[in-house]
Amino acid sequence: MLANLPALQVVLPLMAAPICLILRRADWAWAFSLIVTWCCFAISILLLLQVQTVGDISYPMGDWAAPWGIEYKVDLLSAFLLVIVSAIGSVVMPYARRSVEAEVPGPRIYLFYTMYLLCLCGLLGIAITGDAFNLFVFLEVSSLSSYVLISMGRYRRSLTAAYRYLIMGTVGATFYIIGVGMMYMMTGTLNMADLAARIPAVADTRTIQVAIAFIIVGLGLKLAIFPLHMWLPNAYTFAPSVVTIFLASTATKIAVYALLRMVFTVFGGAPLFVVAQALMMLAVVAMFVGSLVAIYQSNIKRMLAYSSIAQIGYMVLGISFISAIGLTGGIIHLFNHALVKGALFMAVGCMFLRLESVRLEDMAGIGKRMPVTMACFLIAGLGLIGVPLTAGFISKWYLVLAAFEKDMWYIAALVLASSLLAVIYVWRVVEVAYFKPVPPGANEIAEAPISMLVPLCILTGASVYFGIDATRTVDIAADAANFLMRGMMP
Amino acid sequence: MVVPLIGGGLILATGSRPNVREIMTLLTACLLFFCVASIVPLIAAGGRPSITLLEMLPGLNITFTIEPLGMVFACVASFLWIVTTIYAIGYMRGHHEVNQTRFYFYFAVAISSAMGIAFAGNMMTLFIFYEVLTLSTFPLVTHHGTEESKKAGRVYLGILIGTSIGFLLFAIVWTYVLTGTLDFTEGGILGGKAEKPVIAVLLLLYMFGIGKAALMPFHRWLPAAMVAPTPVSALLHAVAVVKAGVFTVIKVIVYLFGIDTLNGTVGAAVLAVVAAVTLLLSAMIAMRKDNLKARLAYSTISQLSYIVLGAAMATGAGVVAAGMHIVMHATAKITLFFCAGAILVASHKTKISQLNGIGRRMPFTMICFLIGSLGIIGLPPAGGALSKWYLMMGAAEADQIIFMFVWMTSSLLSAAYLLPIVHRAFFRAPTKDEEHHSDDHSDDGEGIKEAPIFCLIGLGTAAVLTVVAFFLADDLAQLLAPLAGK
Repeated sequence: MLANLPALQVVLPLMAAPICLILRRADWAWAFSLIVTWCCFAISILLLLQVQTVGDISYPMGDWAAPWGIEYKVDLLSAFLLVIVSAIGSVVMPYARRSVEAEVPGPRIYLFYTMYLLCLCGLLGIAITGDAFNLFVFLEVSSLSSYVLISMGRYRRSLTAAYRYLIMGTVGATFYIIGVGMMYMMTGTLNMADLAARIPAVADTRTIQVAIAFIIVGLGLKLAIFPLHMWLPNAYTFAPSVVTIFLASTATKIAVYALLRMVFTVFGGAPLFVVAQALMMLAVVAMFVGSLVAIYQSNIKRMLAYSSIAQIGYMVLGISFISAIGLTGGIIHLFNHALVKGALFMAVGCMFLRLESVRLEDMAGIGKRMPVTMACFLIAGLGLIGVPLTAGFISKWYLVLAAFEKDMWYIAALVLASSLLAVIYVWRVVEVAYFKPVPPGANEIAEAPISMLVPLCILTGASVYFGIDATRTVDIAADAANFLMRGMMP
Repeated sequence: MVVPLIGGGLILATGSRPNVREIMTLLTACLLFFCVASIVPLIAAGGRPSITLLEMLPGLNITFTIEPLGMVFACVASFLWIVTTIYAIGYMRGHHEVNQTRFYFYFAVAISSAMGIAFAGNMMTLFIFYEVLTLSTFPLVTHHGTEESKKAGRVYLGILIGTSIGFLLFAIVWTYVLTGTLDFTEGGILGGKAEKPVIAVLLLLYMFGIGKAALMPFHRWLPAAMVAPTPVSALLHAVAVVKAGVFTVIKVIVYLFGIDTLNGTVGAAVLAVVAAVTLLLSAMIAMRKDNLKARLAYSTISQLSYIVLGAAMATGAGVVAAGMHIVMHATAKITLFFCAGAILVASHKTKISQLNGIGRRMPFTMICFLIGSLGIIGLPPAGGALSKWYLMMGAAEADQIIFMFVWMTSSLLSAAYLLPIVHRAFFRAPTKDEEHHSDDHSDDGEGIKEAPIFCLIGLGTAAVLTVVAFFLADDLAQLLAPLAGK
């Protein structure tokens, strides 16, 4: 079985989804999904350990050898992403029980978990596949299921938010597949490793250059880099809490991964020299615009959504440095942000459960009424700012270090300045939660239920733990970055 | 460092029984001082114990190394914690403060982070605990939870985190890029690694980045933090927080830059000017303040610049003197703040103009105030006299006579803003509206009495310390001598 782990990683949730469809009862669907996601997490950990000890794993599906067959390749970067996605996927499940009950209409809950499993499958598939077209397939699987998940929110606007994401997401995926099609036209293969071997010969043709452009724009849309981010705020705000948590922590990270994979592994990093400047500028703009707009939001979920846009800016900034340290910073921020944003959205979800609102004004005095939730929010917020002893600091450190290495001290200053903006929007919530008295007519509310508090505390604790002892994650990220940079000249 | 944290936990646990909780705090404080004091002989003999806790990032560890300056800071902070706790017991109860458990808990955390700063073995460790100190003192500053404290909290946090992330972190990463390490080393790590202008810019980034040292224009947080209860102002803003700031300044100058690297550079000169300006300007502002705590706050800003100026001399004597002044100022200022708090508790007065004749009612308090004032002004028998002497020697050694004049002028200014208070207290008759305040007290109808007994004990001890420091000054100088690289 160990040899077949790469296949199992994807097949398990894929097969589980229709079974979930059959299990009509909400409880059973939940329990089943819980087991499946935990198994996926276990598999991803095993894969990571395997890659760390043995080296890259190459697994031809159905024993049909590449380049004709679809090959799954697991290297350090893929394994890392697999762990991130499945970890979030599994931590969210115990949390999901109460949250989904409250937000999704009862008869539809089993559909919710079906889609959840499909989304998980899609995301994991993107991380593990070694075939460009297969990536598109999984991209669409995860996107379509996430459109459905978002539309299940309670608001009327959930539907329109999902629709907008559908349109923009399909545009993105279509751009990507056009790019892949052009590459196929020029090289005759879809396997990533094979493409990497054949592309240098045809790299100067107009077709390939256009293909690169299409792919970068297409994936850029998926990862919500400014200015292709328009779908994100509404999608995060109006989706059910669990969906927001899951997507915010995984979907955009996987898109970043896809970008890295295509740019570095397939194209050998060459296109980066052309687009690095542009990416850097867009990243900086994202950092500032995202944070600035976040400051003015009165809906906490929307505020965190704009914050995510800023954080994605950091990740892209790391990539645009074209250095091992910059890449390390970007990759490690994938991990750290997943933890921090996951924790933040979980805390907001807890508040939504009790308060039925995510507006800032309604949060008055919540520090007293839901102390644990708010404490976790505060700690995760500090992680967002990048205070030392939190995971966010580690990413910021590497990004600033990368900037200095390139003598781009002004970029370093910009990174730090935007972190200060994060202080403002986090502190707005802190002030309202702790300093405003509880309004006199407010209902008695309790702390969030244990099933939701425990995952929240786990994620918050992880964000602190990996801020204190970051060696493990940094080593993985650094190794992955070095591997990616191998083919590139300094 | 762990001791206060455990203590903090115990405080939280016994929160519902005030007396037990107070005992816990006292015990923890005493235990901490005992631990710290026991290391002193080792350091004096030249030992430099060091432990590495863990590797945070590849190549960067969280390390603790004990050396003379850190030793001094730790002793000051831990001993004064004991004194402050005694005082706080009296103050918090006399003033009927709420949320006392929360107060003592965050106090313990703040002291713990101050210990972390004192014993940090490299800049990264120091930075971590520096930030923890800012965050843990925030609940203390905004203790009262009013609109006013919220606004003050914003200024406090905004300036401190703004400077630390914006300038200090920037400088730290830059240093790391230049030298590949952040360890504190005798003689500095930046020697010869960069051009003079770069050193100058880096130095200024550090100095302005260390917002806790309250160099202008980043000094506004200090007066803003006066909304805190007086024990907070006393320990944290006369001792722990601000001393952490100037301690970091000295540490950076001595162990990251190296005195020799800085001597005679433009950077050091600019720093000296900034410090001197801050010194004089804040002293002048202090003279105009009627609110007692505000006056003391600006006095603190001025005194902190003494220390920065001493370090900016970039001479051995200057640096040793700066270290000494940490002790002298801490004892003197804490005395003054204790007095201010005692006056507040006993008579609800905050303005100096209201203090006419209060010396007759609270003689003990005002005499201690006089002693503290002597320490700030720099007159014997208070310790401040000797640290000022050493500071001026440091200036002489650096051939910077002008700064000697700066210090002498500031002594005059300090006299101008402190002695009138004493004069008012003893030699002016009380005004008519003093009668109103006597009705505010539930237990006496005779007017203002002395402060609660615990406050007085704290007060008295601090004042005594100020004088004791005078006699210990030479030993202190001996202990700090390695700083000068001798």
